[in-house]
Amino acid sequence: MRYAMAIDTKKCVGCSDCVIACQTENNVPIGYCRDWIVEVTDGTYPQLEMEIRSERCNHCDNSPCVRCCPTGASHIVEGGIVLVTPNECIGCGACIASCPYDARYPHPDGHVDKCTFCVHRVEKGQQPACVGVCPTNCLYFGDLDDPKSEVSEILKTRKYKTLIPQAGTEPQLYFLI
Amino acid sequence: MANRRQFLKLSTIGIGGMTVGLGACKYIDDFTEIKNNPDELTINLTRTPTYCEVCFWKCAGWVYKTKDGHIWKIIGNDEDQHSNGRFCPRGTGGVGMYYDEDRLKTPLIRTGKRGEFKFREASWDEALDLVAENMKKISAEHGAECIALLTHGSGGKFFGDTLKAFGSTNIAAPSYAQCRGPREVAFTNTFGEGIGSPERTDIRDTKCLVLIGSHLGENMHNGQVQEMSAAIDKGATIITVDPRFSVAAGKSKYWLPIKPATDLALLLAWIHVIIYEEWYDKRYVEKYTFGFDYLKEHVRTMTPEWAYGKTTIQPDIIRKTAKEMANASPAVIIHPGRHVTWYGDDTQRLRAVAILNALLGSWGRRGGFYAPSKLSVPSYPHPEFPKPARTWRDAFPGKYNLADETLASGVCDATIPSIDRSCNFKMWIVNGTNLINTLPDTAKTLEAIDALDFIVVVDTMPMEIVSYADVVLPECTYLERYDAIRVSPHRKPAIALRMPAVEPKYNTKPAWWIAKQLAEKLGLGHFVPYDNIEEMLNWQLKEVGSSLEEMQKIGVKTYEREWDDLYFTENEDVEFFTNTGKIELYSSSFVEQGFDAMPNYTEHPQPPEGFYRLNYGRAPMHTFSRTANNANLTDLMEENVLWVNPKVASLWNLENAQPVWLINQDGIVSSFPIKVRITERIRWDSVYMVHGFGHAQKQLTRCYGKGASDTQLISNVMEDPIMGGTGMRGNFVSFLTEKPEEAIL
Ligand code: SF4
Ligand code: SF4
Ligand code: SF4
Repeated sequence: MRYAMAIDTKKCVGCSDCVIACQTENNVPIGYCRDWIVEVTDGTYPQLEMEIRSERCNHCDNSPCVRCCPTGASHIVEGGIVLVTPNECIGCGACIASCPYDARYPHPDGHVDKCTFCVHRVEKGQQPACVGVCPTNCLYFGDLDDPKSEVSEILKTRKYKTLIPQAGTEPQLYFLI
Repeated sequence: MANRRQFLKLSTIGIGGMTVGLGACKYIDDFTEIKNNPDELTINLTRTPTYCEVCFWKCAGWVYKTKDGHIWKIIGNDEDQHSNGRFCPRGTGGVGMYYDEDRLKTPLIRTGKRGEFKFREASWDEALDLVAENMKKISAEHGAECIALLTHGSGGKFFGDTLKAFGSTNIAAPSYAQCRGPREVAFTNTFGEGIGSPERTDIRDTKCLVLIGSHLGENMHNGQVQEMSAAIDKGATIITVDPRFSVAAGKSKYWLPIKPATDLALLLAWIHVIIYEEWYDKRYVEKYTFGFDYLKEHVRTMTPEWAYGKTTIQPDIIRKTAKEMANASPAVIIHPGRHVTWYGDDTQRLRAVAILNALLGSWGRRGGFYAPSKLSVPSYPHPEFPKPARTWRDAFPGKYNLADETLASGVCDATIPSIDRSCNFKMWIVNGTNLINTLPDTAKTLEAIDALDFIVVVDTMPMEIVSYADVVLPECTYLERYDAIRVSPHRKPAIALRMPAVEPKYNTKPAWWIAKQLAEKLGLGHFVPYDNIEEMLNWQLKEVGSSLEEMQKIGVKTYEREWDDLYFTENEDVEFFTNTGKIELYSSSFVEQGFDAMPNYTEHPQPPEGFYRLNYGRAPMHTFSRTANNANLTDLMEENVLWVNPKVASLWNLENAQPVWLINQDGIVSSFPIKVRITERIRWDSVYMVHGFGHAQKQLTRCYGKGASDTQLISNVMEDPIMGGTGMRGNFVSFLTEKPEEAIL
């Protein structure tokens, strides 16, 4: 099993609903976030192009954050989901420095926090909170090893890219372009 | 150990990879009372139904609570056609309204001057007695008709009923004359029916969606945004006309970066092309419309070349986009927009939109405009309301006859004393609308307020308007109350229930209770003959085959349509509710009222040297000015910024994030500075900001002085003679880089 997410940049409107739904679902303290929006505009008026991306942890197959964690708090569970165990985390910040995507933040309670792919929901067969709320239906989540999953299906038909592939982390967020 | 997550939720990367943080992400430690273990939270949850009150879309959903009774999250109801189980960011963050520690907490009676925000606390009894006493006094001296209700939101129904029982029907929502009024009048006088809310646009199945200044996606009208996305999936063509490269423009096959204030020329040229190229739906036009030959002659000279000189849109692009629409016909929508009070000829511009839709045969067709269906739910039996001797219309003899709702701006005008009027308004009841940031020309609003004998404000938050109140009545939030059943038109008729998820915080009360108490104090208790709202709702629900108990469990109930008439059937004979019974390309009622039967282009002023047109719009995380203090939403967007084209920025030596004050054509200076955002996404002749910021009320501790208020700078109002709409896009601003004397911050 290999969980992954596809994000359709052609549909995302940058509304931040995925951000706030994650914050409320996971009780992320106000002032912090596990997912965020990046908007890139290219060109000069009126020859313009824009890409909007909803970003979060890439749950990398080759994850430097897990490798560099001195306590084993950062670890990988079934389906390739990268997690942090709060009470094993000493808040040293090594993982934050190692992540090329800036996906981790220091939680005010003293541990590091990040996107969990809403593992507590996924275990129950639900979708991650961001996927479930997105008003444009532009987020797709599922198992890449299952060729019939929504995410596998959409990656078969659409062009996509990953972010900073040259970092070699084998990220599992696929941006449909 | 700070990292970017702490500062940025939304970053924008423009030319040269420059990143500008828009979403401030400050940590506020007094808010999160809930524990941080989601596993623990998923057990023992209770959920109650509601429909959202953060905007007028009224999405139905569920409020989830933790076992210790805290509101955890709000999630859409899958059964609901407004949300399809997905709330927008504002609805998801609606919980911030409940937890806001700046809320109004108890009734207040004014002790200082109006505007000073000096009050003493009062009991509900004392406050309501004072309101009732003043209503009776005004009624005795001037007539009950001299009292007006200005409202936006669910509470309006209850206050409206109390006011009607008292003898006044002057009930106005700024969402008409300050927003969608022109489109309703234009469509009603073309097709015999208005657009309504939620809009009857069949975006889901359209093949071509044309947006004129309408920025869906930033404008988070949930269902429409969802359907636009579905249409993108199905490969629909989107054409966006906007001087700004909006999010929708970024998703469009064609973006037409039009010169501001010239949209009507483009619309007329499209009409010209579609008629003279014979791309219109001939059978539809022949069968259903009136006045085609007049129209054809009317637009004879309005060629794409004619429009090019005005709009700066190339003639071949005008033809190509017209062809795209024709190819998609009848599954094409020239979208009527929502906030359309721009230049004072808005009803005529929207008439051109309606005419285009008629020529392409989209009204009544799949992928165009469907016929919504609404359940009829009887009101709880009460005596008939008295017939008022006068209405707001008497203040404007011969004017605005085509307006089909009360003008909030008209009420304001008719409050300023004039001897030519039999009824100058003497008292306002204001519910859920911050008129200071809603009505343009603030000086006039203040003059009207000054002339009032009495003003009551019912709100949840200490908005600017509250400071002018003689009596403040603190309403509880939608999460703490019952309201009327939501009965709105959609593809299928449906109802939704709002019930309290939690007890009202502080000494706040639901609107229905306040209005009922007031009625009783006025001796009108027999108009509200139920003990509590549950009794009334249960009665109503039983009338439509449900019950309060059932609705508490399901939240939303969808019914089947009585007739299978979502779209016209092939060759159906249709009678339209117009004078001619046809779709009027030539408007007979406009002629009756002395207006042009078909739209004509008029030039509007362009900005003088050194000034830029002030354009404003919406952000998906905020509703008007009402959410600016919501902790969850300010966390996503804390202030508005001023979009400035790089050419303009270099002319003025402006830098990104530099605070500037704005001065408008009448010398009005913004009270607060606004940060510059240099972006290619805006034309060089205009600037842009999101509406609803620049709050000047200190009691709004989170949003006080954050960003600038567009409303403050809208002193030039271009009135629509047809229906009294207040055109607000004819204001021009320039930059002040040093703090001016008039500024507060
Ligand atoms: S909720 Fe969906 S549309 Fe909105 S920003 Fe997130 S991914 Fe984009
Ligand atoms: S995105 Fe960053 S935090 Fe997430 S798995 Fe990859 S390296 Fe680790
Ligand atoms: S569109 Fe958003 S704010 Fe408006 S009612 Fe729906 S969820 Fe609430």
